[in-house]
Amino acid sequence: MESRKSDLLLKGIGVSPGIIIGKVFLFDPSEIEVFTIPINTEEEINQEIKRFKLSLNESKQQLLTVKKEVEHKKHKEAGYIIDAQILILEDKLLTENIISTIKEKKINAASAVRDSIIELSKSFDDMGDEYLKERKTDIDYIGERITRNILGKKRQDLSKMKEESIIVAHDLSPADTANLDVGVVMGFVTNAGGKTSHTAIMARALEIPSVVGLEKITQEVDNDDTIIVDGTIGVVIIRPSVDTLRKYSEKKQKYEQLKKELFKYKDLPAETPDGFHLKLLANIELIEELSSVLEHGAEGIGLYRTEFLYLNRKELPSEEEHFNIYKKVIETVFPHPATIRTLDIGGDKFLSRINLAEEMNPVMGLRAIRFCLKEVNIFKTQLRAILRASDFGELRVLFPMISGIQEILQIKEILEELKDELKKKGIPFNPDIKIGIMIEIPSAATIVDLLAREVDFFSIGTNDLIQYTLAIDRVNEHVSYLYNPLHPAVIRLIKTVVESAHSNGIEVVMCGEMAGDTLYLPILLGLGIDELSMNPLCILRIKKVLRSITYSDSQEFVKIIDQFRTDSEIENFMKQEMGKRFPEEFDSIVDKGH
Amino acid sequence: MVEVHEKTKDFIIKNELGLHLRPAGLLVKTANKYEADITVEKDGVKVDGKSIIGITTLNVTKNSKITIKACGNDADQALEELERLITDNFKET
Repeated sequence: MESRKSDLLLKGIGVSPGIIIGKVFLFDPSEIEVFTIPINTEEEINQEIKRFKLSLNESKQQLLTVKKEVEHKKHKEAGYIIDAQILILEDKLLTENIISTIKEKKINAASAVRDSIIELSKSFDDMGDEYLKERKTDIDYIGERITRNILGKKRQDLSKMKEESIIVAHDLSPADTANLDVGVVMGFVTNAGGKTSHTAIMARALEIPSVVGLEKITQEVDNDDTIIVDGTIGVVIIRPSVDTLRKYSEKKQKYEQLKKELFKYKDLPAETPDGFHLKLLANIELIEELSSVLEHGAEGIGLYRTEFLYLNRKELPSEEEHFNIYKKVIETVFPHPATIRTLDIGGDKFLSRINLAEEMNPVMGLRAIRFCLKEVNIFKTQLRAILRASDFGELRVLFPMISGIQEILQIKEILEELKDELKKKGIPFNPDIKIGIMIEIPSAATIVDLLAREVDFFSIGTNDLIQYTLAIDRVNEHVSYLYNPLHPAVIRLIKTVVESAHSNGIEVVMCGEMAGDTLYLPILLGLGIDELSMNPLCILRIKKVLRSITYSDSQEFVKIIDQFRTDSEIENFMKQEMGKRFPEEFDSIVDKGH
Repeated sequence: MVEVHEKTKDFIIKNELGLHLRPAGLLVKTANKYEADITVEKDGVKVDGKSIIGITTLNVTKNSKITIKACGNDADQALEELERLITDNFKET
């Protein structure tokens, strides 16, 4: 390839912080090309049929090997998918169609496979059902596998990556990352994806830098190109110049130096100089993140987002599956507590076969607790597992998207019913399991005094609370400038929530992104929040700052900002004050951990 | 001439997600164990019970009615095992 442009900068979404400079490992960059070759003699026809049958067998053997690997790694769900793929592979509808295509069209095996797959896929197109479209993907995938075997072009396998490199791919699936050698992966860079895509979650779990949503980076790089990945600000620089390399090496060094220094704080108490203890907990969404929770000295898990259990799969998780995971979570963080939040997405995200009407405004639609109270069986399966796991440590349960008392009463009724059921069966659980609700809808924030009498704790979800309070879709670039955690309305709401909670004797956790940002820490401390729960990677920086601002100072901060009228006044004040106290922390070169 | 043994039975699918990948796979695997020809019918559309692609295209959702016909020497046993599988909700809880 001719030398391509150097110092090419692409902007995407930074989903896992850190800087890495390394060589590109391009994962499955191109589709395979299949040419139609006409054949004439009976002998040639038989030969092509034989080739096809041999590759079928080879494909099956490969799938069986993959199955063994994933089952070994306990990805049971993936095992079923591979079983089904084997059945597709051996389906007469497919195999006989391919053989007769070879015979009738008198073409080579590879192009017969392509034609048959296209024909079969068409019958799925007419169905218009999301679930069936996914089955179409399975059939395409099988077609690709057979074709690759006929042509002797192996599908790339990430387990073959032996040298330290940065993976550049269109997207990464759980199957792709399942057999990855984590020792040699330096970072993930993809065309597709967002903050909660599989790639992003894996990157955070592995603590390697990652930038996603780059749209067409796979076309811009070649294998072994040098790239710089800055997962903190979401930038990738392709074929950097000597100058850029030097600049970034320095930046990387500085970043790593700071990171190393932070580990001094791991075993120190999360306490202000005047002795106020603010508990710092971790948010997680995968059990793979548990090691990171321990490494960063979290005092438990303040938010376990269980959505991931339901995503990227064709069927619902069983009670046993839920139970085993929750048990592992609570046992790992023992003697600290763990808070499990029940399903917080809409059915549309994972149950393509439940017929739900299309929604104009899904964030305000049938999701989270609303969905669970409608599909009660799905809810009960999860709750039963949570109850059972509560026997193994201090497990708390948290309900998302509560808008009023009615929902809590309904939840409690269901909980009581399940407790009775377990009691009758003699299954142990903690009968006094603490229940909490997310305060993220303005209506809930307004009636906190009423809600406080019904539950054991509140958890403020700032991302949604800000979005709903300010009526701002933060993903919409035209209005996202209005999204500011320091809006006086948001501060006042948080203040009301904490005061009401404390006068009713219950604790308040904050678990949104705001909790992990050092700029806001003095305000949250001054407002009296009891626990902060954040991305594990943010904990040490927060602790470092916490250990040098006094509780009494933070109360002064709150009094001062109470007099400001706009978010920018508050923000400027905070930046100025914090910049004075922690010049190295608020240097622009340092990330905020997100 | 040997009389062809044939047996038909209706079922209501109770799984939350209908005959999605895993149960469809189990059904096909079970059907494959028998010599009998097995067809699955829904709303007048008939497909081969040994074809996962065929069954998937039926789009069997929760509470749909399907008719299974087994035809052959071991038709009785085949239908019996399929019935057990379906009434067990394909071992889903």
